[in-house]
Amino acid sequence: MRESYPPGIQHGGIAAHRCGQCCTEIERIGVRLDGVRVLEDVSLHLHCGELTTVIGPNGAGKTTLLRALLGEVPHSGAIKFHPVVRPDSAEAPAIGYVPQSLDFDRSSPVSVCDLFAAAISRLPVPVGCRGGARRTAMGALEIVEAGELIDRSLGRLSGGELQRVLLALSLTPLPNLLLLDEPVSGIDLAGRELFYRTVSELRRRLDVSILMVSHDLAGVVPVSDRIVFLDRRIVCAGPPAEVLANTELRHAFGLDLSVPEP
Amino acid sequence: MKAIIDLFAVLPFEWAQYEFMRNALAAVLLVTPLFALMGTLVVNNRMAFFSDAIGHASLTGIGIGVLLGMGNPLPALVGFSLLLGVGILAMRRATQSAMDTIISLSMSFCIALGVVLLSRGGSFNKYTHYLIGDLLSITPVEIQGLFVMVIVVGGGLLMFYNRILLIGVNEALARSRGMSPFWTQVLFVAAIVMVVTMNLGWVGILIINSLLILPAAAARNIARSVRQYVALSVVIALVCGVAGLVGSYYLDTATGGTVVLLAMGVFVVTLAIKLIRQRSDFRSSAD
Repeated sequence: MRESYPPGIQHGGIAAHRCGQCCTEIERIGVRLDGVRVLEDVSLHLHCGELTTVIGPNGAGKTTLLRALLGEVPHSGAIKFHPVVRPDSAEAPAIGYVPQSLDFDRSSPVSVCDLFAAAISRLPVPVGCRGGARRTAMGALEIVEAGELIDRSLGRLSGGELQRVLLALSLTPLPNLLLLDEPVSGIDLAGRELFYRTVSELRRRLDVSILMVSHDLAGVVPVSDRIVFLDRRIVCAGPPAEVLANTELRHAFGLDLSVPEP
Repeated sequence: MKAIIDLFAVLPFEWAQYEFMRNALAAVLLVTPLFALMGTLVVNNRMAFFSDAIGHASLTGIGIGVLLGMGNPLPALVGFSLLLGVGILAMRRATQSAMDTIISLSMSFCIALGVVLLSRGGSFNKYTHYLIGDLLSITPVEIQGLFVMVIVVGGGLLMFYNRILLIGVNEALARSRGMSPFWTQVLFVAAIVMVVTMNLGWVGILIINSLLILPAAAARNIARSVRQYVALSVVIALVCGVAGLVGSYYLDTATGGTVVLLAMGVFVVTLAIKLIRQRSDFRSSAD
């Protein structure tokens, strides 16, 4: 397990900062739930250091896509990771995941450090969060500017703090692909901005590919390298400016409410 | 084992002169820490009601054992409780629905079936000791069995503690880290079944779940990390266990119930501490 994260260590130390060449290929993912096609033929190429945001109306299959990538729902198609050092090999990517909202008992005594230890350490947590696990947790928390939260109980974190903690956890160990499911829902505006800024810095600094699902169109446009408009299939995908011009998207997000000329 | 237990005779108390009290003390010292450790996970994973159902389902297990003419119904008991526990887990996985109704229904069903099976021919009185339990009847051979159980189940719990804890925080998160929530929970349920069924004889069906839940619930009120949570839970269980045993000797009451009442007292005290702390936190944040 890696203990700390110097920038650009992602590729076995060969290609350094911002290689942009490793690629996670999502090929023709399709999901059927109870005989209904929820997702059809979704193909995406995700490069390292790139932030791709999936937007779409409710029921568009955004969360289902993440669940398929996580292997939680049966799906057709494939997901392959081609590391830059071995471009011809296709491996299963190491996936980091930040859940939409953590539904847990707010009175839980589990501390941030305990959460890390439970996830990464073999030593039983009742012994305490110490040594290597604590150092690893601190290193990861500092990346998301949350080092001071290490001994706080999970129940005493604000929504924004909790998301940053979960983000730090998802980076431990460093994944090839980071999945964020509606990461800012229920977080106040200041927390949102901080979260987006952190994610935006991460992709460059740690050189991971990030796939984020969001409702927050206005918030994600400035930070995304690419936006995918999903409605059971990919309606359009490309740089934010291009996707924003799409009529279906403008319609779905109510951007076409200008008063018609008399 | 008997030689070790007899060492308690050096204690300068009247009750320590009786062999049944020394045996009971050994059993309490062995088992309460295991209950406390397991309880921290049961409470954390919101399985308190679930473990209650497993305890109550024992009545049916005993009934089946008696029906099959077993001298010791333990195998039937373990088998049935395991079946029920895994059945409930599987049903939850298949339906993705809230569990309380299913648990409540299966619990009522098991109690009813157990009562019907055991009351055939009007002989239910023979089995009432399963309801209340009798710690003072425990024998050194049984204590040896408990010792093995504590080593096996306790070791297993510590080995799997991290995964069970993480699954309790968030299943999807645990799954994304390569853990299998379902199979881990099956193992955990098997551990709960072992502990509950092997201790029914001396704690009793009616209160065994309280013994599992109360120390952890009391510790949870004031603990600020998992380490404190487990340590406090173990200390509370040990203190209440020993004090309850000695108290029941002088008050001439059933031991299990006395222990649970003491633990309930501790719970109320820690709850008060929690509320006072919250108020002062609120004040300091308002300043």
